Amino acid sequence: MNLMEYQGKELFRRAGIPVPRGYHAAAPARAAELATPDVPEWVVKAQVLMGGRGKAGKVKFAKSPDDVASVAEEIMATPMPPNRQNPKGERVNSVLVEEKLPIVKEAYCAIAIDRTTKRPVIMVSRFGGMDIEEVSEKHPESIAKFFVDTAIGYSPFIGRELAFQAELDPGYRKAFPAIVGGIYELFFRYGAKLIEINPLVLTSDGRVMASDAKVELDDDALYKNPEFKEWQETLPLDEDEALAAQAGLGTRNFRRFDGNVGTIANGAGLAMATMDAVRNAGGNFANFLDVGGGANAERVRNCYELVVNHTGAKVMFINIFGGITRCDEVAKGIVEALNTTKSRKVPLVIRLTGTNEEQGRKILADAKMTPVETMDQGAARAVELAA
Amino acid sequence: MSIFLDKNTKVIVQGITGSEGSYHTSRMLEYGTKIAGGVTPGKGGQKTEHGLPVFDTVRDAVDATGATHTCIFVPPPFAADALFEAHDAGITFAVCITEGIPVHDVLRVVATTPGMRIIGPNCPGLISPGKSLIGIMPGHVFKEGSVGLVSRSGTLTYEVVDLLTRAGYGQSTCVGIGGDPIIGTTFVDCLREFANDSQTEALVLCGEIGGSDEEDAAAFIREHMPGMPIVAFIGGMNAPPGKSLGHAGAIISGAFGTAQSKIAAFEAAGVPVADRPSAIPGLLAQRVPATV
Repeated sequence: MNLMEYQGKELFRRAGIPVPRGYHAAAPARAAELATPDVPEWVVKAQVLMGGRGKAGKVKFAKSPDDVASVAEEIMATPMPPNRQNPKGERVNSVLVEEKLPIVKEAYCAIAIDRTTKRPVIMVSRFGGMDIEEVSEKHPESIAKFFVDTAIGYSPFIGRELAFQAELDPGYRKAFPAIVGGIYELFFRYGAKLIEINPLVLTSDGRVMASDAKVELDDDALYKNPEFKEWQETLPLDEDEALAAQAGLGTRNFRRFDGNVGTIANGAGLAMATMDAVRNAGGNFANFLDVGGGANAERVRNCYELVVNHTGAKVMFINIFGGITRCDEVAKGIVEALNTTKSRKVPLVIRLTGTNEEQGRKILADAKMTPVETMDQGAARAVELAA
Repeated sequence: MSIFLDKNTKVIVQGITGSEGSYHTSRMLEYGTKIAGGVTPGKGGQKTEHGLPVFDTVRDAVDATGATHTCIFVPPPFAADALFEAHDAGITFAVCITEGIPVHDVLRVVATTPGMRIIGPNCPGLISPGKSLIGIMPGHVFKEGSVGLVSRSGTLTYEVVDLLTRAGYGQSTCVGIGGDPIIGTTFVDCLREFANDSQTEALVLCGEIGGSDEEDAAAFIREHMPGMPIVAFIGGMNAPPGKSLGHAGAIISGAFGTAQSKIAAFEAAGVPVADRPSAIPGLLAQRVPATV
């Protein structure tokens, strides 16, 4: 679960990480009401999960409470522009209004889990304000890393060492170790997968502050912190995740793409290999779909409908390896699903192998569905039918 | 020989009276796995439907049976605790089937259970065909032989094994290491064992996009296993960056973990990468004749 900036900053406050003075508002009038006259200039930021707010004109400055209201109105009037994952963009439901900071430097600071060392890794760079991917391409040497031994935990020397190594401006030095300690504490307290401060700014009056906040919490750990339930309900799922959830699948089990060959497979690895097979056969897949364990009629029907109703699939390639799940059960599921669906019908290419393969094939044959022998053949046939 | 388990390996099942645990215990017994009993706190002294003894604690189970291996089916909130308990009772090998364990729990477990090898979590387990099976793999797909296999996936593994068996390649041990970002046993850990296994004459590695386990494996092969015939496959070659597909670990961020980087690493180590699962037996045949 990715948190909005204002939620991330709420956590930052709990850990004593300095954030700009500000407030969260769900309506322009409310935003104006909370703007106090002692702040010479405000910055109004759309609260969305999609990236690229600045470029989309969703971060704007305002000099008076009236100005805050009109700027907030403008930002909330239109959704974020669409991208591949969010073809409808993202509605702006609220804004964060903060004092504008006199920024002189921008740095980067984050904590994540390193797969190779199986340790939390703290990353720091003097190049803040741009994507870390971009930094790692353009200035890989600038990223200082520390892999924390969790048995020992965080100690301020780690922050000091990182600040020197990353050649942060000396103005950062005093505040930095406590800020890193703060994200380390939050990382564990709330079971985060990523906490990123980008940029961590240094102001002309010597303050070090988290100007943005990106927090990704581990969905599997949410049960430990029921307080996040409320936040979770306010957060938009991306469309694919929402569709998957409606179909009774895990949010990671379904993704849409631009092609016209629909795919359904069991197991994430086989589902990915199925997409690869379609591409190898010269076609384009319309989706990734892992039906998960078991493949009864209801589940197969939900998956079929999910793909034909929400992608440009002109043909459906169903690729099942019966391991624990038996092929005859799957075949029954497919036949029943196709007989009961009210969605549009597309040609089917079915490949069933594994446990009780013969019985499964017979059930399909009796229903006038002819299975193919191999994954490659199935992909080739599906691509041919979609052309 | 084989790696990690053989026909005499004594196994207990944590969560043996749950529906998953009970069902797969039956399958493992059918396959010939020596299951000595199981653990369900509060049900100590009872017998399972298979007639196996149930113990309240792992320690009781180990004391009474001498088991060295455990297979864990307990729900995610209790899985880390089950692993700690196994470690404390002297278990040296734990297969964790449970999916959805908080990643911080897994981090804590792998950092603090020295001396206990953990397969998974979120994995199908492992099998030494003809000898023993721990986990949820469909035993009848496998056939005893001399090809070792390591994979991050479940069904894709069965697919590949099926292709191997049909092409005349039996298997020594097949390990499903799991698709999560943090796992107890990596490709390299398995390679170390296979390098010293007399039964294993060739290897198949089924990797996936995301992380750098495959790159690490390639580096290890280059240095330590130059003579071993090895074929690799990378799932998700056509996956887009930034989104995980099913497996939480299958995510490409930036330049890391792409199929291209993994293929390049394997090829630099002299390991051909099959462009599709069905090409694996052919690539293997160029290096080692079919044995079964």
